[in-house]
Amino acid sequence: MRQSLRTVLMACAAGLVGCMTAPWAAAQQISSYAPVTQQRLENPEAGNWLLYRRTYDGHGFSPLKQINTDNARDLVPVWTFATGVVEGHEAPPMVNNGMMFVTTPGMQVLALDATTGDLIWRYKEKLPADLFQLHPTNRGVAMWGDKLYLATVDAHLIALDAKTGKEVWNTKVGDYQHGEYMTLEPLVVRGKVMVGSSGGEFGVRAYIAAYDADSGKQVWRTYTVPSPEEPGGDSWKSDAWKTGGGSVWITGNYDPKRNLAYWGVGNAAPWPGDLHPGDDLYTSSTIGLNPDTGEIKGHHQYHWNDSWDWDEIRPPVLINMQHNGQTIDALVHPARDGYLWTLQQTDNGIKYISGQPFVYQNAFKSLDPQTGRPTYDPEHKPVSGKEVSFCPSLWGGLDWPSESYSDQTQLLYIPANDNMCGQMLGEKKQLLVGQLWLGADPDSLKLLPRGDHIGELQAWDPATGKRVWTYPFPSQLFASVLTTAGGLVFVGGTNDRMFRAFDAKTGELLWQQKTNSGIVGMPVAYQVGDTEYVAVQSGWGVDAQRIQDSLAKTSMKLDPNAVPQGGVVWVFALRRHR
Amino acid sequence: MGDTSISRRTLLTGCCATPVFARTGAAAADEESAQFELPQTGDQLVEVGHEAEAKPLTPQDLGLQDLLLAWAYDPRNKIVRNGSRLNMLLLMRFEPATLGDAERQLAPEGIVAYSAVCTHQQCWVTDWLKSAQVLQCPCHQSQYDLRHSAKVVGGPAPRSLPALPLNVNNGILDIAGPFTGRVGGEQQQGT
Repeated sequence: MRQSLRTVLMACAAGLVGCMTAPWAAAQQISSYAPVTQQRLENPEAGNWLLYRRTYDGHGFSPLKQINTDNARDLVPVWTFATGVVEGHEAPPMVNNGMMFVTTPGMQVLALDATTGDLIWRYKEKLPADLFQLHPTNRGVAMWGDKLYLATVDAHLIALDAKTGKEVWNTKVGDYQHGEYMTLEPLVVRGKVMVGSSGGEFGVRAYIAAYDADSGKQVWRTYTVPSPEEPGGDSWKSDAWKTGGGSVWITGNYDPKRNLAYWGVGNAAPWPGDLHPGDDLYTSSTIGLNPDTGEIKGHHQYHWNDSWDWDEIRPPVLINMQHNGQTIDALVHPARDGYLWTLQQTDNGIKYISGQPFVYQNAFKSLDPQTGRPTYDPEHKPVSGKEVSFCPSLWGGLDWPSESYSDQTQLLYIPANDNMCGQMLGEKKQLLVGQLWLGADPDSLKLLPRGDHIGELQAWDPATGKRVWTYPFPSQLFASVLTTAGGLVFVGGTNDRMFRAFDAKTGELLWQQKTNSGIVGMPVAYQVGDTEYVAVQSGWGVDAQRIQDSLAKTSMKLDPNAVPQGGVVWVFALRRHR
Repeated sequence: MGDTSISRRTLLTGCCATPVFARTGAAAADEESAQFELPQTGDQLVEVGHEAEAKPLTPQDLGLQDLLLAWAYDPRNKIVRNGSRLNMLLLMRFEPATLGDAERQLAPEGIVAYSAVCTHQQCWVTDWLKSAQVLQCPCHQSQYDLRHSAKVVGGPAPRSLPALPLNVNNGILDIAGPFTGRVGGEQQQGT
């Protein structure tokens, strides 16, 4: 399977591939590219980052420990690479044996030498002239064999040759003119490439679909909003299911033991619940499905008849932990609805264990002790024709950015937003295909900050349900978390453009670096040779900027233009390895 | 709700007095091509969602501060130019005295017409904020002052919405000239 260095260099010279100027060291990375197998995905090498959260369980934890609590203050940038584009740079830099793959907004993939930052190849394609983008971003490429898989904002799934950047196949998944688009990193299990459709705010009926990794042909497609004839279809009490949302835009996790892929499902559309009466399965739920067939084997709906735009889009983190003296296969989900949910995988599906708020929440009055089903305070549940305030805001206690579970400390780290409530006046509007369809009076949409801060990096012990420490930030915290065996927690996400490292046990701030822009990206750790690196994209945009714009109109009076845009890949190592 | 939506297929096939399938191949191709053309001088206007009726809009169809979405309509060949979403137009009526000098020249009876396509990420700009008296893009909250050349007064949009000069001929609104600028956004493609 390996391509010789000579072959690569000859191909470059012939103009057959995109590398053209790949330096010698970069060419060596190409020649040593290791095909990605199921065995490697299930047991990844410590130095690589092959999945969205490195491992199928979604921990976002690296076992590397060269960079640790004793020396984190010696972290320095070793190289940077400007992506050349603006908007939200949300993707993790994916690393396989010294080759790094970075996606950016604007349908671009960069292959870089992970040690030097030299460009190996660049893939970029023009987007359709009439494309409209609500979320101009991308969250990374998936890997299988010698290929990479890119899900695009114009709803195509594209396979690239990992060594050359050459397109191998290109399959249309959905119709962007109807509001379907994709921003997620695909999930690969045994040669099936799974993706999901965004577009809940355009009234799509969303789905998860799997494609054959070699041919690009669709294997199955499962709608996250069932038709009336399907199981769960009777949870929709009108024709609203046809435009019911349930989008899927964050990569799922996977349990090899049960062969179940866990995906998060987005909000029901449009936002006010009275416009889609019923529980509205599987919106705002976790679903577990068989990756071979797409059959839904279990689900848990965190809140029924969503009315707040609380997508529960992140999959739960798979944690083996103690509960009532027994080790259970837990599913832990710090939710957009502001509750920290603990569920249990069983042979009969998903069982509710517990739920408690991790930020101020005023919409739930109680939870059913057996099922976790919430009862609502109608004063804080949006409906059409009434202005309603609710906590947390539509961005929730934690939006799409990922929490991280440290295998070392056995704590869960949540990049939360507390004290940020919202307000909306629901209104019934006719759907115009291709037009944003929120069901809310735009004049009424406001953020209502309260308290003395908003952002919180929280550490929780999921086994005891206790919060261990909290580090507050004055305004929003909007980025994914990385933990390492060096006892560290890394996160950006603030409007002061900082990238930070904390002591995972105590929450002490150990190190910070101001970057070019704000960080909404996902940090990763990897190793090449004898050096551990930490990488992250800095490139502010999308929801972090929208929160900034909204807080600018409140008593906080943030500067909406405080954070410059433009993406840069940053890579750090200890000073002695520079 | 699904049965109340306006599908793109309806927009594309319901626009014309003579269905495409009834025409010869060449004529059908010409017609499809004409649907994608930007608004032409002399075109009339029809309201989005009412393409099949193809009833040309008149000044009386807009009350003060009414927002109306429209397509250009070729009255001679009975073609609605809705082949591309980039062709969507927005009309609003203001007191003429409140318009800037340049707008007043383009806006008979205070009716202004602009491209409805946001110059940021090409969403349709359709949210009139009464409180601020600006038109806001629902996707990223770019705000435009329609009384003054649709200049950007908030949000990430890099430039104004292009304006479309209007006339009133025989009581019907029609298009007096080309857009004042390029229609569409700033699609970034990487460097």
